[in-house]
Amino acid sequence: MDPKTHVHTHINGEPVEFLSEAYRSLLEILRDELMLTGTKEGCTTGDCGACSVTLDGRLVCSCLVLAVEAEGRRVGTVEGIARGETLHPVQQKLLEHAALQCGVCTPGIVVAATSLLERNPDPTEREVRYWLAGNLCRCTGYDKIIRAVLDAASELRGASPNVLE
Amino acid sequence: MESVRYEAPRELSAAIELLDSVEGARVLAGGTDLLIQLRAALIQPSLLVDLKWIPELTAVSLDEEGLSLGAAVSCAELREHKQIERLFPGLYESAELIGSEQIQGRASVGGNLCNASPAADTVPALLATGARCVVAGPGGTRTLPCERFATGPGETILGRGELLVSIQIPKPAPGTADCYLRLIPRTEMDIAVVGAAVSVTLDASGSCTDARVAQGAVGPTASLVPDAAAALVGGVPDVGRLEAAARAAAGASRPIDDKRGTVRYRRKVTGVLTRRAAEIAIERARQRTR
Ligand code: FES
Ligand code: FES
Repeated sequence: MDPKTHVHTHINGEPVEFLSEAYRSLLEILRDELMLTGTKEGCTTGDCGACSVTLDGRLVCSCLVLAVEAEGRRVGTVEGIARGETLHPVQQKLLEHAALQCGVCTPGIVVAATSLLERNPDPTEREVRYWLAGNLCRCTGYDKIIRAVLDAASELRGASPNVLE
Repeated sequence: MESVRYEAPRELSAAIELLDSVEGARVLAGGTDLLIQLRAALIQPSLLVDLKWIPELTAVSLDEEGLSLGAAVSCAELREHKQIERLFPGLYESAELIGSEQIQGRASVGGNLCNASPAADTVPALLATGARCVVAGPGGTRTLPCERFATGPGETILGRGELLVSIQIPKPAPGTADCYLRLIPRTEMDIAVVGAAVSVTLDASGSCTDARVAQGAVGPTASLVPDAAAALVGGVPDVGRLEAAARAAAGASRPIDDKRGTVRYRRKVTGVLTRRAAEIAIERARQRTR
């Protein structure tokens, strides 16, 4: 039997405790133990971004974080982005722009895009495209996603809708 | 993945003690290479020693001496230090090129050195700045130039119980600037086919008084090219000097044929990128002498 570590962390602002073997990823614990299945598994090698979460406020791939590393840190997942029934503007704009088809990439896009807009409320199209380069989408062709994020950014700034350059 | 343990020591001495006393212990910094190797069962460590709670490994400081960068500082955190971007634009751009935003959130410059991939982006950039590695172990602390740290693909000078603590970069002389360029088949998210880093120092007349040229992905380790640097030094860097530096860099490259590029192609691109990186570094340095 592998020894388990008792981990104390905060997920979406709430204190959470769990037990984990050292080798398990944060992604596995989120999905299989904590039933936070919004975070998706694509590649498990850091290439697709479907598993994006924030760790102490920084965007990371949860498949490349050990669950035990969450001890004493703050984890943010897609479940923490909407306020109750009210969607975050990034989520709302993804819907309005029909910027998803199968939706597997969407939680990762939501986490990555909100993390961008927290740091940079007025990104250029180029900045959005580079920031989301680690979020693969096999369905949409990306363009609608980029439009939705730019639109959400202008809404968050209280500005008029962004026109794609 | 059988029976691996995890420890997150709060002190450097405790980390050294663990690494020295536990057979099969491995350090964990950003984990972007380690976790993949672990999952693919390429490595079977008995213990993972997380370095990210050790103050020396996570500190960033900039003073009259220069920059001290903790080995476990993530590329994303490095990029938040606008002073680093101003002083070492080449190092900054090399860190910005590694993987995605998510990868940069974890991957560290120290890890890039320790994994010793010949194609590591930050390593040629470090070499161009004259960076030194601070290594600590059971026998104490030693400091060595970054170009001596890697000894081959995946191989470093680290002995048992030793770890990379920090990277020290001397404060650049006035009129100094650097640049890092790499070639990949697309614009983002790939591994260097060739990497070239150049740092130059210009005096008030625009004459080049000092230079360092480094290359990556074209030999078993990233390396300095003293002949290319010498070609730039001693006058205003004109076309002739730039071409001589490019020739020296291409000549010094020792690439291999693989799916990313042939020997001939890589050698040619080494010259081209070295010249372009030199031109950009020179332009940046000129703006600083104004
Ligand atoms: S599942 Fe983590 S990046 Fe693909
Ligand atoms: S909507 Fe299917 S992968 Fe993006």
